[in-house]
Amino acid sequence: MSEGRYGIHGGQYISETLMNELIRLEEAYEHYKKDPEFNAELNKLLNEYAGRPSLLYYAEKMTKDLGGAKIYLKREDLNHTGSHKINNVLGQALLAKKMGKTRLIAETGAGQHGVATATAAALLGMECEIFMGREDTERQALNVYRMELLGAKVNAVTTGTMTLKDAVNDAMREWSNRVDDTHYCLGSVMGPHPFPMIVRDFQSVISREAKEQILKAEGKLPAAVVACVGGGSNSIGMFYNFIEDKEVELIGCEAAGKGIDTDQHAATIAKGSIGIFHGMKSYFCQNEYGQIAPVYSISAGLDYPGIGPEHAYLHDIGRAKYVPVTDDEAVDAFEYLSKMEGIIPAIESAHAVAQVRKIAKNYSPDQSIIVCVSGRGDKDVAAIARYRGVDIHD
Amino acid sequence: MINKLAKVFETPNKKAFIGFLTAGDPDADSTVNYILEMDRAGVDLIEIGIPFSDPTAEGVVIQEANIRSLKNGMTTDGVFEIVKRVREKSRIPLAFMTYVNPVFHYGYDRFFAKCEELDVGAIIIPDVPFEEKAEVEEPANAHNVALVSMISPTSESRIQAIASEAKGFIYVVSSMGVTGVRSEIKTDLASMVESIRKVTDVPCAIGFGISTPEQAKKMAGVSDGAIVGSAIVRIIAEHGKDAGPYLYDYVKSMKDAVCSIRN
Repeated sequence: MSEGRYGIHGGQYISETLMNELIRLEEAYEHYKKDPEFNAELNKLLNEYAGRPSLLYYAEKMTKDLGGAKIYLKREDLNHTGSHKINNVLGQALLAKKMGKTRLIAETGAGQHGVATATAAALLGMECEIFMGREDTERQALNVYRMELLGAKVNAVTTGTMTLKDAVNDAMREWSNRVDDTHYCLGSVMGPHPFPMIVRDFQSVISREAKEQILKAEGKLPAAVVACVGGGSNSIGMFYNFIEDKEVELIGCEAAGKGIDTDQHAATIAKGSIGIFHGMKSYFCQNEYGQIAPVYSISAGLDYPGIGPEHAYLHDIGRAKYVPVTDDEAVDAFEYLSKMEGIIPAIESAHAVAQVRKIAKNYSPDQSIIVCVSGRGDKDVAAIARYRGVDIHD
Repeated sequence: MINKLAKVFETPNKKAFIGFLTAGDPDADSTVNYILEMDRAGVDLIEIGIPFSDPTAEGVVIQEANIRSLKNGMTTDGVFEIVKRVREKSRIPLAFMTYVNPVFHYGYDRFFAKCEELDVGAIIIPDVPFEEKAEVEEPANAHNVALVSMISPTSESRIQAIASEAKGFIYVVSSMGVTGVRSEIKTDLASMVESIRKVTDVPCAIGFGISTPEQAKKMAGVSDGAIVGSAIVRIIAEHGKDAGPYLYDYVKSMKDAVCSIRN
């Protein structure tokens, strides 16, 4: 069995054409992660360019309103480019540059990862091409233009369901066509090894900071940390440094779309089964013949039929719990956080906020819950207005 | 295990012509008919594509064939049914080509038992590289099905390891990227095949990008055979249920080109 296993999950199920490139990537990563100069350069970018550390904000009004645990928000939405995606992108882009690559390609769902990749490419003087499902280019038109402003070429993917999984398919195809000068800056803790490890390491800054911040604020660990899960990059970042702290509950919120009893959801753990796709063994939404199912969520960023292999493992061993959250609940939470705290979260992050609204009262006031606000919601305003039947021109 | 594919390369000049089509495109009856037509035209081995929702190693032509086939309701059991019908009329050597998930989901053992029953001698799975092959190869071998190894222009230092464990035949990938017709193949395939032959005498067939008789002749000339997929699928896409005569003529022209190679 290959490297990069999380229990039975993970692995490197990818075409022979890409294998040597994955091996080179792993070698480069193992080298540079121990290189003080690389780390100094990356930290400088994270602190001075992306705006880290991100705030851990005590949501006092929300806490009072929900009645129960003290609610803290990990404000990844305040990062440059508006989401946690920049943490991983700066790391991978810098690594790619060290490897002598001059071009970055990436998939994007909601556009957050695409925008972050386009941003890093602009900053580091690299060429950039983004693959985005045509359906997503339509529901996130603003982000398409942002990427173009940043100098990236955006390819609207018209195959399959024309969403995130198809964007990954085409990014992989493009990478296998051109590996010499190109790095595939994968945006989530998925794909073949070493991607789930690299992306997790670069995102683990979220829980490294949050742990320090909560200990300073509360003098003890939180009772739970909550984050939304598509592929699972912000959630693994939010979980990672708490995994060893068994008293901290880890809660991932999957997109239940119109409900897990309908066929319109993206709830991989709730409704999926074990499979092998996009380079990894994990849980996938699929039919009885192993055909990957078309999934649905109001959130383009969670609209993915699989989940990262480390999450699959955390689920198998019972260390993390994954719960489905519907479109309706997410939209309500989107509006709730906006009005309650003056913070408009990404619709992805709103799935985590919705779960906290359900569970806060089960905890006592001397306990705390940290919610990862993985991104800001400006990009979703027009879609939420449409959802509410309001006709606005954006 | 027995190498059921040995006879594929036992042609007068030891060169094989291998054709691919996607099962269920445009429908099961046509696929049965087209396999028999290709057999009649002299093809040495047919790769039958089991459609997958997300064929990441395919170019647009075969991607679309996969989508058409699935839309028409083709399933893994449906593909086995097609092979069963073919076997009533022909002993043509057959291989499957698909992605790992449909095989994994069917159950490796159950899948390869079916292959054995229907005399399908090999399987090509582009998303199972050398590092991951054990879980597929063990159950495949148990049912006398060869898991075909792929070697690509980027394999370099990996050739030794891959070739030394190869069974059936080696699928030499001519170019970077995905399947699809190419006007020009730039890779130095002769030296790739030469490095493989230092390690093994398992036959090497070259695929990806071949569409013309000249290309087939050139590729089979530096190896043991030429594999053609997209060009065949394109004929089926163009003519739908009436592609039989066109397929026959095309496959015959390709087979003739490969036959004309003098050793």
